Amino acid sequence: MKKTKKIKKTKKVKKTKKVKKEVAFKNVTPNPASLRTVDNHYCAGCGHGIVHRLVCEAIDEYGIRERVIAVAPVGCAVIAYEYWDFDVTEAPHGRTPAVATGIKRVRPNNIVFTYQGDGDLAAIGTAEIIHAANRGENITVIFINNGVYGMTGGQMAPTTLAGQKTSTTIFGRSLRREGYPLKILEMLAILPGVKYAERVAVNSAHEVLRAKRAISKAFKMQIDGKGFSIVEVLSMCPTYWGMTPIQAADRIKNEVATFYPLGVIKSC
Amino acid sequence: MAKVKISKAKCKGCYLCVVNCPNSLIKIEKDLNIKGVKGVYFSGGKCTGCGMCAVICPDGAIEVYRQI
Repeated sequence: MKKTKKIKKTKKVKKTKKVKKEVAFKNVTPNPASLRTVDNHYCAGCGHGIVHRLVCEAIDEYGIRERVIAVAPVGCAVIAYEYWDFDVTEAPHGRTPAVATGIKRVRPNNIVFTYQGDGDLAAIGTAEIIHAANRGENITVIFINNGVYGMTGGQMAPTTLAGQKTSTTIFGRSLRREGYPLKILEMLAILPGVKYAERVAVNSAHEVLRAKRAISKAFKMQIDGKGFSIVEVLSMCPTYWGMTPIQAADRIKNEVATFYPLGVIKSC
Repeated sequence: MAKVKISKAKCKGCYLCVVNCPNSLIKIEKDLNIKGVKGVYFSGGKCTGCGMCAVICPDGAIEVYRQI
């Protein structure tokens, strides 16, 4: 009888050791605290979901969640306030930098950033972004460039590439009729008020990590009070590019990034 | 070794994680999920816990657990 008892004891010890091994796992990719764990309304493979998370990661990194005021655009990200767990306001179409200017001037201790698409920033809001940049407002701009008007049905945007088929350029964008794609970041970078301008993409995991660093730096510029910082993110729109998400990610690498070169355009 | 947890309900079936996994450990399911798309599952094996699948996931459906 004694022998059997001893054997049972040794078995019990082994079991407890196994349980300890299972517990020793750590979540290395936790959901940022300022991002709500709800389903988003974006299409499969849309870059907005990734950039929303990157913005939240940057905010959590600096611990500025209570000080942040975001200005959401008109476009696919119009209901970004449903996903971000910090203060967000809404602006009329394209007037996001103007609203952000007002907030920042009234509340200079708050961190104010705008989140805009290419239809919002490069088309209807061109005047606002150029003058906000020229004044050197101490705000951060996250500019999502996917080359189409996503929310309204995939119409041509100023940033649509030559030859790209959209619902208003059904045979492809003609340079003779619609003009050249607008490189708004290079335009803004020549203004002395702009202190940081970088173009990144979210087509692969490595590019997403680069984008994360760029967005973090843009917020850091504002926290340090250096001035206007802008990050352009080349994003996928598989729905209105008429592609699968994987093909759309490849298109960014092969076509879009060749016209809009990635990297730091200005940093001072 | 590491573990990957994938939320079946959140997956929209873009398969960006499938192409971004360096060891091709994430595979497409045969059945449809609640959204009506074929989701993905972690097939096990030699996961290094690099977290690339979670980094690229637009819907926050993937969590990577690394052994301490």
